[in-house]
Amino acid sequence: MTDVLDALEAEAIWVLRETAAAFRKPVMLYSIGKDSGVLLHLARKAFHPGRIPFPVMHIDTTWKFREMIEFRGRMVEEYDLDLLVSTNHDAVAEGVTPFTHGAQEYTRLMKTVALRAGLDLHGFDVAIGGSRRDEERSRAKERIFSLRMPGHRWEPRRQRPELWHTVNAELAEGQTMRSFPLSNWTELDVWRYIRRENLPVVPLYFADERPTVVRDGQLIVLDDDRMPLEPGETPVMRRVRFRSLGCYPLTAAMESDVVDVDGIVADLEATNMSERAGRMIDGDGGASMEAKKVEGYF
Amino acid sequence: MTAPSPLIRVVACGSVDDGKSTLIGRLLAETGSVPEDQLETARRVRRAGSVIPVGEVDFTLLTDGLEAEREQGITIDVAYRHLLLPSGRRAVLADAPGHEQYTRNMAVAASTADVAILLVDAERGLKAQTFRHLTICALMGVRHVVIAVNKLDAVGFDRAVYDQLAGQVAGAAARMEMQRVQVVPVSALSGDNVVARSTRTPWYDGPTVLEALESADHASDAEAGVRLPVQSIIRATNFRGIAGTLVRGTVSVGDTLDVAGAATPGVVKRIAHLDGDRQTAVAGEAVCLELEPDLDVTRGDLLEAPDDRCTPADRFAADVVWLGDEPLAHGRSYLLVCGPLRVPATVTSVRHRRDVETGREDAARVLRLNEVGRIELAVDRAIPLDAYDRSRHTGGFVLVDRVSADTVAAGMTRFALRRSANVTPHGYAVDRGARERMNGHRARVLWFTGLSGSGKSTVADAVERRLHTLGYRTLVLDGDNVRSGLNKDLGFTAEDRAENVRRVAEAARLLVEAGVVVLVALVSPFRSDRRSARDLFDPGDFVEVYVDTPLEVCAERDPKGLYRKASAGELPNLTGVGQEYEPPLSPEVVVTGVGEVDDSATRVIDALLALERAT
Repeated sequence: MTDVLDALEAEAIWVLRETAAAFRKPVMLYSIGKDSGVLLHLARKAFHPGRIPFPVMHIDTTWKFREMIEFRGRMVEEYDLDLLVSTNHDAVAEGVTPFTHGAQEYTRLMKTVALRAGLDLHGFDVAIGGSRRDEERSRAKERIFSLRMPGHRWEPRRQRPELWHTVNAELAEGQTMRSFPLSNWTELDVWRYIRRENLPVVPLYFADERPTVVRDGQLIVLDDDRMPLEPGETPVMRRVRFRSLGCYPLTAAMESDVVDVDGIVADLEATNMSERAGRMIDGDGGASMEAKKVEGYF
Repeated sequence: MTAPSPLIRVVACGSVDDGKSTLIGRLLAETGSVPEDQLETARRVRRAGSVIPVGEVDFTLLTDGLEAEREQGITIDVAYRHLLLPSGRRAVLADAPGHEQYTRNMAVAASTADVAILLVDAERGLKAQTFRHLTICALMGVRHVVIAVNKLDAVGFDRAVYDQLAGQVAGAAARMEMQRVQVVPVSALSGDNVVARSTRTPWYDGPTVLEALESADHASDAEAGVRLPVQSIIRATNFRGIAGTLVRGTVSVGDTLDVAGAATPGVVKRIAHLDGDRQTAVAGEAVCLELEPDLDVTRGDLLEAPDDRCTPADRFAADVVWLGDEPLAHGRSYLLVCGPLRVPATVTSVRHRRDVETGREDAARVLRLNEVGRIELAVDRAIPLDAYDRSRHTGGFVLVDRVSADTVAAGMTRFALRRSANVTPHGYAVDRGARERMNGHRARVLWFTGLSGSGKSTVADAVERRLHTLGYRTLVLDGDNVRSGLNKDLGFTAEDRAENVRRVAEAARLLVEAGVVVLVALVSPFRSDRRSARDLFDPGDFVEVYVDTPLEVCAERDPKGLYRKASAGELPNLTGVGQEYEPPLSPEVVVTGVGEVDDSATRVIDALLALERAT
């Protein structure tokens, strides 16, 4: 092994195999983004020539970009995935949207609650996610195998020490585990790997003419007509792309001419800014990633 | 010679006082390992008491912890950060902060490290802490240490100060069998010899801290004998492959491998890979092997090369770092986990505790949080553990508490105990089945647990009399009676209670072999001890009878006067008063010690007869 990507790939495959073998009922969280795409590819490698031995679950807030949902369908078909979708239908029925309840409460109801409900419904004891330690400073203390208490709460003081290639997979009553195979990857590693392995990604990562408005200093793409415009807002076509993907009213785009993976890699090599600098939920109401995680956010 | 590993692991040892946060922050910042927006924050934001001018980077902010830590004034063990080395290689830097629980945290951080950075304060010189760091690194198998003699600016970059410290610390490291020791004169605050070479140390021509890290590598795992712990079996149409990560050695198609402890070898027919099969795989790679013939292999087995075999054993000596809040007591049963291997293990003895500052070995019977010591372990079947010094991944293990599921120890296998090789169980012709047939009933253990004075002995007595009239061969092992003989060396601390339960359980096992129905009447207050006892028996042979009598009733009866003594302060460890009683979660039988004794006896006998019919 001479390449960092080879070492990171080997570590991730070890994590995936350990997750599948040491726990009773694993599931992979699938967010349709670039990290999820890398995870899926790694899972195919980990279990080749067998089939991926666990289902994938998408937490659908109903506000994802349409191109994301199309891409999800394509991946299910190409990779022969068992897809589960978990949506907080009660909240949808009550009219919860990013505009009515504030980003923080919306995220709690549509993502955290839907995630917990999806895990509990099927009785999954471990959920695989694509989080990376470089995403945010508090993640430096996250484990590769991260223990959750009853109610899916993350208790920083109860995290298990990680030694060698040895995982304590024992779970006391009500405990579950999160498994993060990409812990040691950076955003640049992810894109270099996508380039090396020639992996498909949602076209929203590449620049195109899209209808946008500027709100709170951020560029928002109008993916459909559900987003109420504020007085004085007029959609303007701009050439934009996304660095990370989520719910379209809460995901800031950036003006760019980058249209391929090579361009993204070159851009990242030049800029060196945190990925989450462009995510709106992280800055909302002083609720940090850490606080959300304590509640059971992934 | 193989190419240097693209990813190395580094442990940082030292405290905030030594300037560790500044050194790490500077390494991260000056190698471009920190995003620009975080650097910008570290230029603008200031903590109370900071003397660094706004506009310059406060490096300590880059390694700041969690909100929860700041608010609660706690430190969470280990932080992991990426260091992008200029060569394109990557270092994962494990940083164990804080003084509290330092041994525990540093041991965890060092467990996977290829190299350690150890800070020494040039002003204050070597301290006991320096020896503690070196001892833990040596214990955890770190063989390359980079010693940063920091704060050299405070002593005017005085060569004599550096030379004296470098000589002392290098000597100490060599005594601990460090294979590579590099000492670097540093000022983390002003950046001398961290990333950039200093002009103020013209007398020094060795590497900077970053250059020293660049020169670090894995031990030459690729050239050692093959070790492949089996993670899982991958099945597909006409395919059955063995999946795992090659932790040592090199495997090629055509090589012969075998399973540790089993004689039959297999030849590697195929190394399956999504991008097309491989011919060769090296240490560190995740592989899926098809063997010819297909061996009987399951998760937890160890594939090895026949020229470098691991000899499985069932008793081991190991050094452990105790990580759990509850102390280690010998006689306790834990789960031992080494990679995919997972087996129940009993700590049969604590040999000594080691003082990590002086290296002295002290006599000990228990190990507490943050303590390091030598123990002996027994498992119920031979398992393939290597000596840790030869193979970290197949010699390092954790112990898991079976009730809380917490990881309570990090263990380093030192050697297999010879006794296990010299003791071969003899298979005698007259076995338990033969004795049971002669007796006309199955052998079992009825384990009565409950508070002192709850009526365990009374109910056991009634049950035994009834069984005797039914023609059963029986024997009662009563707590008080056993303590006057077999266990008269034991007291009532938690550890002695664990040993008391262990010996009684072993005695009961012998009697079950003899075909007897054994009635154990023992307070046995802790779930984990009863669980260990249960594990000695086959399913169905261990019948837990919970004698559930309220504490007030027991204290009122007080047949032995124990509760009166406890309330007078003369008996600190009485169960239910000074020590907790953990009631069984799912006992086979629950009887009350309050009602008619005959009713309770009937319930126990009904349960026993129901089991008899079921088998």
